[in-house]
Amino acid sequence: MSAADLLPLLRGLTWTVALTAGAFLIGAVLGVPLLAARQSRLWPLRFLAMTAIQIVRAIPPILWLFIIFFGLGMGVMPISPFNAALMGLGLIAAANMAEIYRGAVASIHFGQWEASAALDLGRWSIFRDIIAPQAFRVALPSAASYLIGLMKETAVASTIGVAELAYQGNQLSQLTFRGLEVFALVGLFYVLLSLPIAWLSRVADGYLRAKVAR
Amino acid sequence: MFPTQDEISAWLPDLLGGLSISLQVTGLSLLIGIPFGLVLALGVLAKNRLLKGVSLFLVEVGRGAPALVLLQFIYFGLPSTGLTLSSFSAAIIALAWNTGAYTSEIIRASLQSVALGQREAAEALGLSRFDELRYVLLPQGLRVALPALLGFSILIFQGTSLCFTIALPELVSRAYEIGSTTFRYFPALLAAGVLYAAISIPAAFLVNHVEKRAGLYAQR
Repeated sequence: MSAADLLPLLRGLTWTVALTAGAFLIGAVLGVPLLAARQSRLWPLRFLAMTAIQIVRAIPPILWLFIIFFGLGMGVMPISPFNAALMGLGLIAAANMAEIYRGAVASIHFGQWEASAALDLGRWSIFRDIIAPQAFRVALPSAASYLIGLMKETAVASTIGVAELAYQGNQLSQLTFRGLEVFALVGLFYVLLSLPIAWLSRVADGYLRAKVAR
Repeated sequence: MFPTQDEISAWLPDLLGGLSISLQVTGLSLLIGIPFGLVLALGVLAKNRLLKGVSLFLVEVGRGAPALVLLQFIYFGLPSTGLTLSSFSAAIIALAWNTGAYTSEIIRASLQSVALGQREAAEALGLSRFDELRYVLLPQGLRVALPALLGFSILIFQGTSLCFTIALPELVSRAYEIGSTTFRYFPALLAAGVLYAAISIPAAFLVNHVEKRAGLYAQR
């Protein structure tokens, strides 16, 4: 293996980062309405959201990617590997983020709800001004560890031909016949990628904690 | 869009065969992985520097690298050292490693959750280190760890789907094969999804139930 062999791995790295960031963004945004539906006062909506979350989490990521890429892609409308992976992982991230948000909201002391109700704030206003800012701080560490998990999950996108890290590793190992070194290197890249996320989350957590600990 | 009656009866034996392999891999990985996790947890807690270092390394690699990469490292990588494994045993080794790494953290946290007085009492009674672990720490710690271990078991069951990449004929591989021969991808993959959900969803409810029960016990 030479330095030139590393180039495809670095190219794969950018795809892994793009896929992770994209899927996480989709999940973090879609998780909010999903949480709202999950906590809705209308039971059909609540039931629907709960079922959707259960089903999304019950099926392995690789199967979701196949259902979207081969199932929808061959049957309904053609879809590129990257978009299929983004859709599948975004869907999974949304279900998981909704659960993370739910846990964070549940951790807020009920006195906060009562106090807001006593102040006659509306339901939306309670959520936006009182609950969400506090819940955000609670959700941050779990969201960061989920982001690391999601980053590793993106490796399954290699199975539908997204040229990310695991895919490039696979190609390189077939090209050089040095699977041991190549896959060790790929594993190392994933570990290295997770370090800045863990560090950022610790810094952000410390900053937010310092803000409330007056 | 959906599989017809005839297709279901034609595909079902094949898919169930795949499911059975997925379940076998899950069972064996957990059977090897959880005791391995206990060993790793004890290794990380050990005073011996070498033991601690090796355990930490195995835990960090097993958790830090994606399961897919572990799988390919063992199946495609190890043969270059002269060690060739069948896809079934490679799957079990990789997933057991993954299980061991994750469960070691669960087990370590649960052992450390046992009140310090219990360890002191065990020492005061003159129990050996092994007896302390066997009769005092594990019975109390594992009760705390049980819900998390069961939850992780569902993830490993889903993780067996990664073995598609090393040509193990498990559920996803079978569904994909049916799809590529009949060109009915969506119905075949959907059928596999239903089979996964049929196991994962009841299992998730069971974990929820156990979690509540374990909580009740601790509250008494």
